Amino acid sequence: MAPPPAQAVVEDNSGERASWFQVAPLVVVLLLFFGLPMLVVLAVSFFDFSRTEIIPAFIFDNYIDLFRSEVTFRLYASSLKFALIVWLVTLVLGFNIAYFLVFHVRGLLFQIGLFLLCTVPFLTSNIIRMISWIPFLGRNGIFNQALQGAGITSQPLEFLLFSDFAVIVAYVHLFTLFMVVPIFNSMARIDKSLLEAARDAGAGRFRVVAEVVLPLSRTGIALGSIFVVTLVMGDSFVVRTMSGGQSASVVSALQNEVAALQYPPAAASAVIMVIIVTLMVAAILRVVDVRKELAG
Amino acid sequence: MHGDDTRPWTFYAFAAFFTLFVLFLYGPMIVIYILSFQGPNGGMTFPMNGVSLHWFSALVSQTRVGDIAGSFVRSLGLAAMVAVITVVLAVLAGLAFRRRFRGSAFAFYLAIASLIMPGLFVGLGIALTFRLLGLPTEWFTTGLGAQLTWTLPFGLLIMFAVLGRFNRSYEEAAIDLGASNWQKVKEVTLPILLPGIIGVALFGFTLSYDEIARTALAAGAKNTLPLEIWAMTTNVTSPTLYAVGAVTTIVSFIVIVLSLGSIALVQRRRAAAGARTE
Repeated sequence: MAPPPAQAVVEDNSGERASWFQVAPLVVVLLLFFGLPMLVVLAVSFFDFSRTEIIPAFIFDNYIDLFRSEVTFRLYASSLKFALIVWLVTLVLGFNIAYFLVFHVRGLLFQIGLFLLCTVPFLTSNIIRMISWIPFLGRNGIFNQALQGAGITSQPLEFLLFSDFAVIVAYVHLFTLFMVVPIFNSMARIDKSLLEAARDAGAGRFRVVAEVVLPLSRTGIALGSIFVVTLVMGDSFVVRTMSGGQSASVVSALQNEVAALQYPPAAASAVIMVIIVTLMVAAILRVVDVRKELAG
Repeated sequence: MHGDDTRPWTFYAFAAFFTLFVLFLYGPMIVIYILSFQGPNGGMTFPMNGVSLHWFSALVSQTRVGDIAGSFVRSLGLAAMVAVITVVLAVLAGLAFRRRFRGSAFAFYLAIASLIMPGLFVGLGIALTFRLLGLPTEWFTTGLGAQLTWTLPFGLLIMFAVLGRFNRSYEEAAIDLGASNWQKVKEVTLPILLPGIIGVALFGFTLSYDEIARTALAAGAKNTLPLEIWAMTTNVTSPTLYAVGAVTTIVSFIVIVLSLGSIALVQRRRAAAGARTE
C-alpha cells in the first residue's frame, strides 16, 4: 500500500509543480481537519479547566493525574486484553480464510465472488451489525433457546450478552475483514510454483504453510494487525454497547470525560493513547518492514 | 496442485470453515431483518408474534423514536458530498503520486496517520479547534471534514492499487497522436481509471454513511443517522431498532449493487469494444 513507484523520473520542475497542485487539495483538507486538530489536542492537554470552561495554561496536572490514577492502568489493561484476544482470533480466522480463497478456490470469477461475499458487510453499518448480536446472545436469545431446547443447559447462560464475551464477538465480527483483505493481497502474489517446489522437495502440507506461505504473507499479516490493533484500541462504541456499560476501554472513559466537558484531561488521555498505539504500530513494523516488502 | 481433479481433504475442511464464517457474518444480520417484521406485540427476539410493518411505520412518526427521517436525509446528503469530494481529491492526489515529488513522503504519511488515528480523537480535536476559534460545529462543515479524514486516505490507497496496474503506454500513445494534456486525461486516463474511480465513490459514500466515531463529537447539534441509531440503542428496546437497521442496510446494498453493476457494465462495454476493433 505504499505509493506506486514513479514510473518516469521527471527531471524538469513542471512535473513536480503539477504533482504539488494535484496533491495540494487533499493535503490541505487533511491538515485542516486532522493535522491542526491533533496539535490542538496536544496543546489543550496542558490547559487548565473549570466546570464550565477550558483555561489556556501550561500545566502538567492532567498528565500527573492520569499517571497517579489507578483507573488509568485498569483501563489500559482492559483495552490491551481486548486488543490481544481480538488480534489472535482475527489473525487465525483471517489467515485461514485468505488461504482458502487464494489456494483452494478455483476460477477467478468464483474467487472474486467469494471475496465480495466477505467484504460486502464491511460496507454496511457497524452499529447495525453490532446490535444484530442482541437477539442472538440475550437471556432469551436464540443461542440460549437452542441450548435449552437441545437439553444442553437448563438455565439460560447469563454471560453471553452485556459481557466481555459479547464485546469480543462483536469485535471479531466487525474487524476480521481488516485482516482478511491484506493477507489475501499478500497471498495472491505468491508464486504457486513455490508451493509445488516445496511439495516436491518433500515438505508436508503443514510445513508448506508454515515455511513458505506464512513468511510470504507477513506483509499482509502486519498490515492487518495494525488495522485490528488500532481499531480495537481506539474503540469506545462497541465496548459500551456490548458490555452494557460493565466494561470500559481507555477511549470510552475518555468519551465520558468529554461528555462532562472535561476537555483537558480527555486531551491528555488521548495524547498518551496515541503514543502507546504508535509504539505498538512501530513494534509491528519492526518485526515486518512493510515498506521494503511492498516496494520490492 | 493442478492437473488432477481430486481435491485434498483439507479443501473440504476449509470450505466448511469458510461457510461457518459466512454464516457468522450474515446470520445475525439476517435475523434482525426477519425480526423487524415482528408483530405489534412482539419482542426483541424470537418467537415472532405475528408479522407486521408496525415497526417500520413507527420509524416515520417522529415523536416516538427521535428524528430518524431527518437524520436519514442528512446522512444521505453528507454521504453524497463526501463521495464527490473524495473522488475528486483522491484521484487528483493519486495522479500526483505517479511522479516523484518533494514532500510526497509527507503527504503519504499524513494520510496514513489520518487513517489509523482513533476516530474519536479526530472528532475531539475538531470540536476543540472550532470551540477555541469560536466557530460552531455543524454536520455539513466539521462533520464533513471529520469524515474526509477517513475517506480520503482510503480513496488514496484504492487509487494506488488502481494506478499500480495502469499501463502508461496508452497515455504516451495519445500524446504521440497529438492529444493535448487535457485531452489525454479526459479521453484516455480517466476512462481507463473509471472502474477504480467508481470504487472510490462507493467507499466514500458508504464509509461516510456509516461513520460514527469521527462524526460523534464533530457533527454539532443535529445527528446523522448512525448517531441517531446509536442514541436509540440506549433507550429504545423495541424492534424499531431492527426496522431502522433493515432500512439503512437496504440503502447500503442499493449503493453497492449500483456501483458494482456499473463497474461490470464498464468492463463489459470495454471488452465488447475491444472485440470490435480486433
